[in-house]
Amino acid sequence: MTDIATAERLPRPKAGEPRPYQFPRFERAVLPNGMKLIVAPIAKLPIVTISVVAEAGAVADPPMRAGLAQLTAKSLLEGTTSPDGTAITDRFERLGASIDAHADWDVAAVTVTTLTHKLAESFDLLGAVLRRPGFNEREVERLKAERLAELLQQRAEPRGLADELFTRFLYDSRSRYALPDGGDETSVRGLARAEVVRFYEARYSPASMTMIVAGDVEPSAFERMAGAVFGDWRGILTAPASSSDEPARGTRALHIVNKPDAPQSELRIGHVGLPRHHPEYFPVVIMNAVLGGLFSSRINLNLREVHGYTYGANSYFDWRRQRGPWVVATAVASEVTHAAATEVLKEIDRFRAAPITEDELTLATSYLDGVFPIRFETTSAIASALTTLVVYDLPDDWYDEYRARVRAVTSSDVLLAAQRHLHPEALQMVVVGNAAAVREGMETIAFGPVQRYDVEGRPA
Amino acid sequence: MQFTGMRIPIETFRLPNGLFVTLSEDHTAPIVAVNLWYHVGSANERPGRTGFAHLFEHMLFQGSADVGANEHFELIQRAGGTLNGSTWLDRTNYFETVPSNQLELVLWLEANRMGWLLPAMSQQKLDTQRDVVKNERRWSVDNQPYGTWWERLPALVFPEEHPFHHSLIGSMADLDAASLDDIKHFFATYYTPDNAVLSIAGDFDAADARRLVDKYFGKIPAGRGKPPLPVMDLPATFGEWKRVVVEDDVMLPRLFLAFRAPAFGTLPYYASSVCATILGSRKGSRLYRRLVRERQIAAEAQAFTYDLTKASDLFVIDVTARPSVSAETLERDVADEVDVLVRDGVTEDEVARAVALVQAEFVAAMQSAGDRADRLSMFATYFKDPDLVNKQVQQYEAVTVAAVNAFVRERLGENNRASLLFVPKSEGEGEAAASDELAAGVGSAVQS
Repeated sequence: MTDIATAERLPRPKAGEPRPYQFPRFERAVLPNGMKLIVAPIAKLPIVTISVVAEAGAVADPPMRAGLAQLTAKSLLEGTTSPDGTAITDRFERLGASIDAHADWDVAAVTVTTLTHKLAESFDLLGAVLRRPGFNEREVERLKAERLAELLQQRAEPRGLADELFTRFLYDSRSRYALPDGGDETSVRGLARAEVVRFYEARYSPASMTMIVAGDVEPSAFERMAGAVFGDWRGILTAPASSSDEPARGTRALHIVNKPDAPQSELRIGHVGLPRHHPEYFPVVIMNAVLGGLFSSRINLNLREVHGYTYGANSYFDWRRQRGPWVVATAVASEVTHAAATEVLKEIDRFRAAPITEDELTLATSYLDGVFPIRFETTSAIASALTTLVVYDLPDDWYDEYRARVRAVTSSDVLLAAQRHLHPEALQMVVVGNAAAVREGMETIAFGPVQRYDVEGRPA
Repeated sequence: MQFTGMRIPIETFRLPNGLFVTLSEDHTAPIVAVNLWYHVGSANERPGRTGFAHLFEHMLFQGSADVGANEHFELIQRAGGTLNGSTWLDRTNYFETVPSNQLELVLWLEANRMGWLLPAMSQQKLDTQRDVVKNERRWSVDNQPYGTWWERLPALVFPEEHPFHHSLIGSMADLDAASLDDIKHFFATYYTPDNAVLSIAGDFDAADARRLVDKYFGKIPAGRGKPPLPVMDLPATFGEWKRVVVEDDVMLPRLFLAFRAPAFGTLPYYASSVCATILGSRKGSRLYRRLVRERQIAAEAQAFTYDLTKASDLFVIDVTARPSVSAETLERDVADEVDVLVRDGVTEDEVARAVALVQAEFVAAMQSAGDRADRLSMFATYFKDPDLVNKQVQQYEAVTVAAVNAFVRERLGENNRASLLFVPKSEGEGEAAASDELAAGVGSAVQS
């Protein structure tokens, strides 16, 4: 290695002149039956993504029927009345196309990505999936059984368990958000095929759907094709559903979920957050980036790089139409659980006490500004960005204005956002881990009343 | 209409110090990806230092002569970029995607740590990253249901003296033993320009890139060669059915059924890969259709190849039981499906489906500058020929039913199987019902 010292090191270079970037242009149209179209032609590669969005998310689940929206969405891919039965996903795969159907909290979406030369055939199949689902009893029952298997697996999977129990403890039991979006054991067992059919008929209505297309298409040709496949489908307007988003309590509580052999504690600390459509969205996004969103955030650098407590720690807003959770998530060695929790609490308090530095502000703003084009390299990423516009009712120039609005955020905006929207007094903390190993340490931090549970979430 | 294929443009050159460089221009968006593969992985670790290649990867983010600890992350994110690194059995990679006006910064950062890492190393940084990696191990292996599969499977299928046998993430004791001296030695031996491939994909000018690469990397001296890996050749089959049963903190039995398979990049590899797609890629695959949909004994089913280029690849079937299906039933029924495949072969239609999926996956992946750069680095590192990225789809299109059936007959028989079977811990009386049939002989020792 002696020769290395003799080699000349060069100073850090300056950035060149940035090249302009524009979020892809898109056109809107409406089919005669009321189905809305958004088409973004992308002349890059012979590939197209189509996403059909329906007002059929989990918040539309009827009382006691949590999981119906997801079951309905998944059942769409389990067969059509014509063409023949259960072979529908096989048909997509023979075209090389991928198809996915799922319901999130606000909407359900069926998404197809296909090479351009298979677009017409894939699109016909998509028409069959949406318009002629078979809802075969056997397949619906199988999907229920698969969901129950997933829930069973989760009892042994600490990350998923911590996420699920955190939201369960966070929200008032009357809120749909208190239960997992796919439903829990009790609610899933109760779902029946007839309910799936009714949910589909009420909520998959063309007049309330938007079809989003990104990729190698010509808008007017695509509109003709959409008209031919979906134009004569009739249905009534479906109102968006909503649910209570009230927290279970206004004060702190510590929830310890005992997993006796766990070598690590899964830690969640947070409270009810904000609705996605919020006037302070940008300051709040910058706030979260600096606090826990970025690798170089305060919480990650503290827990990982200063203390070596964890492989990683982050915080995020789970954005929904209504108030989803804001949460700090990490996994730490059992013996430092209380120390890690203390550091997180300190970082939250410190964030509300003084403005972030100019360096911190520009790290977050220049990251979000600069990374913007990188977020939209693929047709599916562009379709997903356009879906966001639809679901949260954002203006068409949202992405054109995005970077300027990021850059306009100041450190006092961020401080104000932190003081308004971080609520240390209302934090809920969930520890999934070895209760015996963490108990003593957790008592020393006197966070709030302690409740103990087993992995089913039953008080223990 | 037919899929006419697509090519990405490729230029290559080599610096006098041995650094191999591949360039692929694409000006559709102002984005550029830089991807650096070092031809070193866990296979190169010495005894008593399992996990070192990966721990070393962490140290590469702890700064270099002109870069502070974690400043690499900060500078890239401040530039509006994304980044990471990863360690595998036989390579370690580092990659960034940034706005195209930041290309020079990335090259400077990568060159600074390739040339001048050691001045920034310290005991305290090593100790912290050791703790971080131990937590990564707890998080991804020890505290995850079935999390040990990816160290148990190589341990089962590779002989003890084979470089792929030991754990990639490493044991806690070996992580404890890693020293600053190890860092110096590993760096000098493996992190040299002649043991690396640099790929740049996206929005840049090739002449500029050549100049910049030479400017920042040209003065870094070549290495002095690395110790050869032991001979890694293995027989085409295990010659037996290896079995290991692991009691774990899991709710459902899960089977990994592995087979020795043709090495990545060889002609028969493509038949193996097509067979994995037929058997276990997506919901239209055989295993999914038969075991999840029709017979409803499995909750999940997939098959994949490891894509190892040295010696022998692995073909792996991974199936999780539905509640109330015993581990024994699971293993028998999966094996039955493989037996049917061996007996009857695959159909024209199944091969066509696999090829269609490969075509679409290729185009989908090539949308991303980072994926392009990574594949260029991969083909350049393993085969000294980045243009192979443009020949993959044709290789798949050339696979015939006869080729897949030949692979199936040669490799999927009972003399070439290794079962790694996870079963729920038998704690309470009632809970053990699912694994009762296996109660005899349960243990975590390798049986063969």
